[in-house]
Amino acid sequence: MMRLPPFRLLRPRTAAEAAGLLASSGTDTLAVAGGTDLYPNMKRRQVTPRTLVSLRGIDELRGCRAGEDGELRIGAGTTLRQLVADPVVTSHAPALARAAALVSSPQVRTVATVGGNLCIDTRCNYYDLPEGWRASIGFCLKAGSDVCRVAPGGERCWAISSSDLAPVAVALDAHVRLVGAGGERMLPAAELYEDDGIRYLGKRPDEILADVIVPPGRGLRATYRKVRQRGSIDFPLLGVAAAVRTSEDGACEEARIVLGAVASRPVRCLEAEQALAGRRLEPGAIEAAAELAAAVAKPMENTDLTPLYRKRMVQVHVTRALAELTELG
Amino acid sequence: MSELSVVGTRRPKVDAVAKVTGRARYTDDLRAPRMLAAKLLRSSRTHARIVRLDVSHALALPGVHAVLTGADLPIAYGILPVSQDEHALALEKVRYAGEPVAAVAADDEETAERALALVEVEYEDLPAVMSIEQALAVGAAAVHEERPTNVHRAAALEFGDVDGGFEAADHVREDIFFVHGNTHVPLEEHATLAEWDGSKLTMHTSTQVPHYLQRALERVLELPTSRIRVIVPALGGGFGGKCDPFSHELTAAKLAIVTGRPVKIALTREEVFYAHRGRHPVLMRVRSGFARDGRITAMEFRCLLDGGAYGSYGAASMLYTGALQTTTYAIPAYRFEGLRAYTTKPPCGPKRGHGTPQPRFALECHLDKVAEELGLDPIELRRRNLVEPFSWTVNHLRITSCALEECIDRVVEASGFEEKRGRLPHGRGVGFAVSAYMSGAGLPIYANELPQSEVQIKVDRGGGVTVYSMATDIGQGSDSVLAYLTAEVLGLEPADVAVVSADTDLTPIDLGSYSSRVTFMAGNAAVEAAERMRALVLGAVAEQLGLPLDRLVLRGGRALDPGDPESGVPWVEAIRIAAASRGPLVTAGSYRPPDLAGPYKGAGVGPSPAYSFSAAVVEVDCDPETGEVRVEKVWVAHDVGRALNPLLVEGQIEGSVYMALGEALLENHAFRDGVHLGPSLLDYKTPTALDMPEVVSIVVESDDPEGPFGAKEVGQGVLLPVIPAVANAVHDALGVRVDEVPITADKVIRALRQGRVGPKRLPDFPFRDAVRVDPPAQWRAAP
Repeated sequence: MMRLPPFRLLRPRTAAEAAGLLASSGTDTLAVAGGTDLYPNMKRRQVTPRTLVSLRGIDELRGCRAGEDGELRIGAGTTLRQLVADPVVTSHAPALARAAALVSSPQVRTVATVGGNLCIDTRCNYYDLPEGWRASIGFCLKAGSDVCRVAPGGERCWAISSSDLAPVAVALDAHVRLVGAGGERMLPAAELYEDDGIRYLGKRPDEILADVIVPPGRGLRATYRKVRQRGSIDFPLLGVAAAVRTSEDGACEEARIVLGAVASRPVRCLEAEQALAGRRLEPGAIEAAAELAAAVAKPMENTDLTPLYRKRMVQVHVTRALAELTELG
Repeated sequence: MSELSVVGTRRPKVDAVAKVTGRARYTDDLRAPRMLAAKLLRSSRTHARIVRLDVSHALALPGVHAVLTGADLPIAYGILPVSQDEHALALEKVRYAGEPVAAVAADDEETAERALALVEVEYEDLPAVMSIEQALAVGAAAVHEERPTNVHRAAALEFGDVDGGFEAADHVREDIFFVHGNTHVPLEEHATLAEWDGSKLTMHTSTQVPHYLQRALERVLELPTSRIRVIVPALGGGFGGKCDPFSHELTAAKLAIVTGRPVKIALTREEVFYAHRGRHPVLMRVRSGFARDGRITAMEFRCLLDGGAYGSYGAASMLYTGALQTTTYAIPAYRFEGLRAYTTKPPCGPKRGHGTPQPRFALECHLDKVAEELGLDPIELRRRNLVEPFSWTVNHLRITSCALEECIDRVVEASGFEEKRGRLPHGRGVGFAVSAYMSGAGLPIYANELPQSEVQIKVDRGGGVTVYSMATDIGQGSDSVLAYLTAEVLGLEPADVAVVSADTDLTPIDLGSYSSRVTFMAGNAAVEAAERMRALVLGAVAEQLGLPLDRLVLRGGRALDPGDPESGVPWVEAIRIAAASRGPLVTAGSYRPPDLAGPYKGAGVGPSPAYSFSAAVVEVDCDPETGEVRVEKVWVAHDVGRALNPLLVEGQIEGSVYMALGEALLENHAFRDGVHLGPSLLDYKTPTALDMPEVVSIVVESDDPEGPFGAKEVGQGVLLPVIPAVANAVHDALGVRVDEVPITADKVIRALRQGRVGPKRLPDFPFRDAVRVDPPAQWRAAP
């Protein structure tokens, strides 16, 4: 079997304590919550941290609650299984629960956390394999070589954002609360991500994702669609999160369309969103928006099925997502 | 048949509880005192000469006990006598990325892994050969330099008047198909534990073929077989993937001898993908002639197999792509041209159905296309060509019991196929196909005229019965089957019968769990041994009690006269009577299939003492916008001869359907830039429980005259018709053809735009003129 490399495990009781440990322990220290992303990566020797700071014993990171104004606060340590079943979540942000239910397998959802899924390492099928295999392709940018195997001419890493929750969080205009050694700050979910497969998170290494805050819905309807080859286990080949708010006469006041798994971060389809502004969600408008959304997606040859297919699916699934929201209305 | 008390009843496997509770001990569960762990260094290059190999730093690492390279195990081996082309560790050259190059035994796996990193290998790269086309191209790099070309084996055979058949045809059609390779994915990764006591090697290992492994160990280690003991502990699935002697087995044995300590090697999941021996990629052209009424007048198949780096079973696999087309349809004239090429990929070998699912996919899709062109119902077309029970095929295969027609009737009726075909809404469709498979290969892997299976039975004084057989329970339930058959003959319950299996010291020969041979062959041997035990015991009892022997039976734990239920004695008493007058209560039985091979080279592939027959209907729901194919339901009718345990038969049917659907829709053993695309269970898309549809299993019993209690095979045959039935269902649903598997969503979308996705041509290859073989004397064209 593949074995974990040896490491030291620290178990702080508070987020601030954890942030302090991360700040003081040097660069070969990582935070771990459920470990469903990190431990396999460690077994494959993609990362070999000497020290892990476990977030599992931190009570303040757990639980979901809604404020009187309808704001939803989700502790990052909440497991995906808990998220799926929590009535507060299913009533205030059903799209988030739906996305969580589509992550991996029941076994993984039992230990994987909200924060872990939002911070999940970017993925690439030139990268997510054991060390010997990566050696046989001469490694890649993300594995320390100076060539990206997906786009050898370029200078960046094209590993894919593979979180199912992230597109929904962005679509819902959620914020995240980060707790660092020097204090805490709030960040829009969209700004948690960078368009780079290696430095894909816009947070400092010592910062812990503590909460996800979803603003009051005020009539926002949202959904999430996931494309994958199998009914379980697989990461998204494409994720489509859509959220719309319509006026009483059906005109679109606000629309957000966010794609997962087509770039190194969740991608907002701004032109598609603008095309919907003020229009009723009718087939023609939906079709036009879906076409604009597909134009934004530039999938690469680094996960299952072909880039052309995945790009074509953007249009299909944006259409379906918007149609679904129309029906919900 | 007289009334049966065990055969035909539904009951769990004899090892079911041990397996579901975790009590069963698999090879990797075993530990020996002073055991070392070994790891294999695998080639990072696809095709390269080894220029320099320096293990001195690895050997110097504290905790390392031995390091082996190819030079330490220089004798070539291979499962087939005609293909002795493998070495335990690469000699001079590597032929696929992942090929073992060196082995390290150390105190533990971590140390062994650290030592692997210290082995210095310098390679000189050679051009990769990654497809049939590349292998056959002019100027292609030679995978095996001592051979003039990359053609491993080629054959051309012709039975009956093929040209005449085509001339007489009213209609001729030709189609080209491709099956991408796929692999077995047993849950248990291969593992082996080798121990050396100074004169004898004992190996616990996850193999389907302990006898053949023992022979390979004999050859490579130059030890007599009397000093080699192979034992197979509980085994977590094989499907043909554990039918070869493997590098890790030979190196573990050598390391145990060198170090004098037990050595275990447990492969990782990644390594299992390199061990492979899975389904060959096959590029196929089928051409047939038909009379106006739909009767086949002639057929020819050309099959080009991508074999990977070594021979394995490939010489047989190649012939299997031509052998069994005639077992479902009475083809009056048949030509087969087959070729297996070496490529720089992990070697292909036997996977469930061994060489026959690929041409079956081609044939059954081809027949649907013919039916469409002729304006015939696809089932009617098949009915007009069905093989007859107790007949001979043009290529010298003997068909015995055959309930193919009943299978078709039952599956068509249960599924409502005729009402659904062409009548479901766009996107929904049904597909149909049939197939046949062997109940054991008629010939052993190395030529001999000995029994293929022997069984011993011993009865102890408490009445307990022990059955000894080298048949290997790979999860298919062979231990259970031997217990059922023995219990049935001796009038006992299976719980009274202990089975000792797959241990070359303790058990008499069985050639192994491949080609669906165990129920038929070991089963017949067990029945013979049990009948001899019954005769021995009843003879003694009759004598003692002064009863006529012909009135006595063993039933319900008693030796009695069935006409007088109060008569006779309990089994335990019968045993004592028999032991007192007859001595040791030990009997044996054996089985050797009838001599069935036809009079031509290559005739050893295809004959079997009996064939199973299957028909399948698959209903799919295709999304025309996404190309996703969801299988809604599968109906299978399978002629198993007799279901010794219907529960196990259904389990094998469902497992075959599962594996077939993975091959049909998802699985692809693919390579990119010379390297396996994704040797992991995340990247390699074997279906999950959620991808599995409802399966309706219809068990058909034709009571084969030569099978044990009439039984035939069920482990592999059901897989065959399901794959083409999926393809035919997709066509019914969307009106387009994907002529290659897997039928992934992106291909369906392409097919919707282009009408068809599939190969357009076969690379040229100058086959020799086919060897013309007259049909067997017993053969006769359909009236």
